[in-house]
Amino acid sequence: MGSRVEILNDGGYRSDGRRQFELRDIAIDLSRHGQADGSAMYTQGLTEVLVTVFGPREAKLRSQTIHNRANINVEVNIAAFSTGERRKRSRGDKRILELGAAIKSTFEPVIQTHLYPRSQIDIFVQVLQQDGGLLSAAINATTLALITAGIPLFDYVCAVSSGVHSTHAMLDLTTLEENDVPHLTVAVMPRTGKITLVTLETRLHSDRFEEVFRIACEAGKVLHEEMRNAIKARTSALARAMGEGHPAGAPSNREGDEDFEMGDD
Amino acid sequence: MVEITIRKRPHAEAVATQRKFFKKTARGKVVKVLRERYLREDVPCGISHCTICPGMPGTTLPTSGGQGHKSYPHGHFILPDTNVFLHQMDLMEASQLNAPVILLQTVLEEVRHRSLPLYNRLRALVKAEDKQFWVYYNEFRSETACIRLDGETPNDRNDRSIRKASDWYKSHISQVFGRNPQNISTLPTVLLLTDDAANRKFCDAEGIPNSSVRKYVEGLKDATSLLDLLSAAGETEIEPTAALVAGRGALYPEYMPQANLVAGVKAGHLHQGHFNANPYNYLEGNVTVPAHTKPVLLIGREHMNRAVQGDVVVVEIFDEKEWKAPADAVVDQETTLKNDDPDESEEEPDDENALAEERERRALVRENARKQPASSERQPTGRVVGIIKRNWRAYVCHIDSTSLASSSATSLSLQSVFATPVSRFLPRIRLRTRQAPTLIGQKILVTIDRWDATSRYPEGHFVRALGRAESKEAEQESLMLEFEVPYRPFGKAILDCLPPEGEQWVVPPKDPNNPAWRNREDLRDKVICSIDPPGCQDIDDALHATMLPNGNIEAGVHIADVSYFVLPDNPMDAEAAARGTTVYLVDKRIDMLPALLGTNLCSLRPHVERLAFSVIWELTPDAQIVNVRFTKSVIASKSAFTYEEAQIRKDDPHRQDELTQGIRLLNSIAIKLRQQRMDAGALNLASPEVKIHLDSAETSGPIDVEQKQMLETNSLVEEFMLLANISVAKKIQETFPQSAVLRRHLPPPKTNFEKLQDILLKRKGMKLDVSSSGALAASLDKCVDSAFPAFNTLVRIMATRCMLSAEYFCSGSVGRDTFGHYGLASPIYTHFTSPIRRYADVLAHRQLAAAINYASLHATLHSKTHVEQVLSVVNRRHRMAQMASRASVEFYVGLALKSRGADKDGKPKEVQEEAFVIRTFRNGLGVFVSKLGLEGLVLFKREIKFDAENYTVTVPQPKGKEVTVAVFDKVTVRITVEKDRNTQRGVVKMVLVEPVDTST
Ligand SMILES: [Zn+2]
Repeated sequence: MGSRVEILNDGGYRSDGRRQFELRDIAIDLSRHGQADGSAMYTQGLTEVLVTVFGPREAKLRSQTIHNRANINVEVNIAAFSTGERRKRSRGDKRILELGAAIKSTFEPVIQTHLYPRSQIDIFVQVLQQDGGLLSAAINATTLALITAGIPLFDYVCAVSSGVHSTHAMLDLTTLEENDVPHLTVAVMPRTGKITLVTLETRLHSDRFEEVFRIACEAGKVLHEEMRNAIKARTSALARAMGEGHPAGAPSNREGDEDFEMGDD
Repeated sequence: MVEITIRKRPHAEAVATQRKFFKKTARGKVVKVLRERYLREDVPCGISHCTICPGMPGTTLPTSGGQGHKSYPHGHFILPDTNVFLHQMDLMEASQLNAPVILLQTVLEEVRHRSLPLYNRLRALVKAEDKQFWVYYNEFRSETACIRLDGETPNDRNDRSIRKASDWYKSHISQVFGRNPQNISTLPTVLLLTDDAANRKFCDAEGIPNSSVRKYVEGLKDATSLLDLLSAAGETEIEPTAALVAGRGALYPEYMPQANLVAGVKAGHLHQGHFNANPYNYLEGNVTVPAHTKPVLLIGREHMNRAVQGDVVVVEIFDEKEWKAPADAVVDQETTLKNDDPDESEEEPDDENALAEERERRALVRENARKQPASSERQPTGRVVGIIKRNWRAYVCHIDSTSLASSSATSLSLQSVFATPVSRFLPRIRLRTRQAPTLIGQKILVTIDRWDATSRYPEGHFVRALGRAESKEAEQESLMLEFEVPYRPFGKAILDCLPPEGEQWVVPPKDPNNPAWRNREDLRDKVICSIDPPGCQDIDDALHATMLPNGNIEAGVHIADVSYFVLPDNPMDAEAAARGTTVYLVDKRIDMLPALLGTNLCSLRPHVERLAFSVIWELTPDAQIVNVRFTKSVIASKSAFTYEEAQIRKDDPHRQDELTQGIRLLNSIAIKLRQQRMDAGALNLASPEVKIHLDSAETSGPIDVEQKQMLETNSLVEEFMLLANISVAKKIQETFPQSAVLRRHLPPPKTNFEKLQDILLKRKGMKLDVSSSGALAASLDKCVDSAFPAFNTLVRIMATRCMLSAEYFCSGSVGRDTFGHYGLASPIYTHFTSPIRRYADVLAHRQLAAAINYASLHATLHSKTHVEQVLSVVNRRHRMAQMASRASVEFYVGLALKSRGADKDGKPKEVQEEAFVIRTFRNGLGVFVSKLGLEGLVLFKREIKFDAENYTVTVPQPKGKEVTVAVFDKVTVRITVEKDRNTQRGVVKMVLVEPVDTST
């Protein structure tokens, strides 16, 4: 046990130098991605997710057509190199299916699907790298991608993972921490304070649950701020670009170019 | 509400903030791991009145540093490196050493990595009220974080990191407090303390104030008393002996580099395991390694290569043709090395030294000369090539008076002396002290500091004296130290967790709204009683049984509801978890929980209402379980019986009252339960249990020794406790499959029995079938010699020694197929019935309470890692407690022998007892005196014939006759307790009287 990493040391620091309620570094890139109607590259710590959104567009399959609202279709793809252990996950993998199902059920009540009867919205989630908080990163990225696609939402959905070490609540866990402490993911709609998702993968004492849950909801508001700023920045950049006569969303730097070429796969 | 923020990580500094490394998974795959590190500006320096660092909680370091060192008149802080804590912990703990200490995260983590016991001592120091420690998390502050450079060793990186932090403190202090230029010259010094000369050179070059530990201590006011605490380790560069020693050449092979060891073990050509010394022969040891069923034998000093009992070592195994069998002679280090001189710092190896070597060589040659052992007896043989981890601690020792150069009581000259550890598993330790003459005849605590390749003995230092040898106080304390029993009185924070009513606490009047009564069944009308040994104060279990109208029987076991009083995660709980178990010494009980609980509130005394946790079964008359339920309850025991009282009551046909009928009912079920267990293959094992009668009227005098008696009622209680434990185990395992607290007993490897099987076959023509516990039980039953009633018990004792010990484990941590309890032949088991004295039971209570929805389970009991961690402590404490009790009994048996062996005038009288031979040696016999539960050695002075194949020794008699003694033979021994002249330690000596007298 001597070499094991301490989850929370006597000084109140976690193994990566954060304190209990500090979230990891967040980077958001909303530049346009291939043919997608909306996209978001979302990085939280070392977890990196790219979400692209297509639609609303006409439903391709009869069977998936719903007469009074849009159908939401979520597909998840986890890159083989996303964890240290190279493992190929097939599309039917249980974890992938669960992740997709959780994203779908989170967004179904949030997207104003009734505006688009008989159409479909495709959400592609590409996991590029993972180090804990995968579901929450995927949800945040999806929110951002949907907004950039111009799909009307009732509210943002902001998700965060949290856990309890002994009796101490902690936010935004790394893989190392997830392996050790009971944890949950909470997705909130910050304007109304409504919860659209709670998942609990391990048993948790009910008293603790309340505390962790409350803190996760608070953290949702902080994330909201961060996400809104990113959207605002993009909007003003767009406005500036239009004013300067560039086509909307046109890449203005080299990274953007690369994105563009990688887009169709 | 707490403040939630997002930490920003500067991406430009990815090198400093990301760490990439490769790790091998349990399945053997190599994976890439990427981790982040967030560097901060807000890690506080810990110095009071610092205007830069954010608010600092807790006690801080004084602004002007520590006073009282002559080299640092303006005050100073000490900043020790890792080795200072690894080698000089006793010094750092000394109360005279009171300078403020800056403890770096780098150092703290390295200590944790290197030695958990030292880490725990260090953590205690950080929290100690009379110490001023500040932990500075240097690796998280941007100015002091360090990354390993290409080609830099982890050690060099750490040293650099420590220097960097030291330098930062220096400039931080001048930045904060040196604004006024006049102050600059009077700022306190931050002194880097290290015994590494190379590191000090770097410091000098970089302008970092530094000092060796010795030089620092010499400048303190209390230098003289502190210098004795200074460990011998880490003085390499100051002592002139280094050069001398080097000139004399190494006595032991050097260890292989750590990286080669690790690689060799991984590749499979080297093997890792714990070193075990042979208590009969100090020149032999062994190491159990995963690759071989038999342990790897290490013969001779050179091959043991400075390994000490408990060290984690790496061995190389020789070619199979060089494999040997374990020694069959007794080699005692005190006699062999009687005259060895502790002072090796003479220019030339003196005669005495050469003599010791010669004697040892002869002992080994004698060993090697023995005829080629049968292949079945040979076992892997090898040598130690390196040490992964030392497990050195403080050892209880005696000073060997013959090793003193000057024994004049007033002599204060520094001398080298030998300390002989009480434990036969340890080598003599050489230490240098000025107090040698005053320590003669005392029990003292000594720690080992180092063992160089050039030194025959390990070097240590004196920690403190425990008192006169053989005084009860000193013996008691040394026992507790030797077995690491925590014996401090309970602190205030712990006692504050007890109910404020104290001894006056009672079960509140019945009221469903009162928390004590919530969801509790009222079982006060049940006719419950307890059955315990006489004088039992902590009654933690009680029973009842009644006939049901349908002809079935209701039986109940009621256990004190300890978890009602001991709440998770408070100081009392933490202390109980650390103690793990109550320890029973002959004359002292070291409680796991404060006595108020054990002997009062949680003791199910008769005629008093008590809170309990009940297990109630409906059983058929054939003892088949129809159903079982668990409930928190309130009971009122109707009587507290001793085993004997209960037995008499049960057997008295005139008694027809409810209590007696209950006992009879319990007994009839218990007999059937026992039969069922035996049919399933449970073992009926024996251990030599004796009882010590303490004469309370007389403080010094014992005492009589008596063997424990087993009554039917002992068995009655035992069966129901087993049944309760099994029922609870099933329930908590079902409810918490990942984290249930269980207990198991792994089946012993068959090879463990080989020797015993061979002895039985050759000496008695009996076969021992060890294919399963049932087969073993059956064949043990057949090991009967009508002429020799004690034979069966003796075989059972010997069989017990071939087994593994039972252990606690977390259900999620091991395979489902390894849950079984071999000895009890139960597929699942736990401990539930003694929560007052065993911590595992407290955990089982909490899990059971959650399983029946009485309470929610504390978060920590859901965590597999947490449960594993707690149980590994409890397992260790449990083992240590057993050894401590045994040693305590041995000490009193020795006292009893001494008093029995003296007549009215105090003249020695002879004690003769019947004994059985359990082992034969080339030069002696191992015997067991069952009446005293005492094992001893008989050594022959005459030449004897030794037949290892047939386990006999043949002793020539004067008139050409011969007498042969074999294993299992009944003999008579004379037992005396002699004081070892050198160490003043009482030693039990046995001499054979029948069939031959070996005293002549
Ligand atoms: Zn400061």
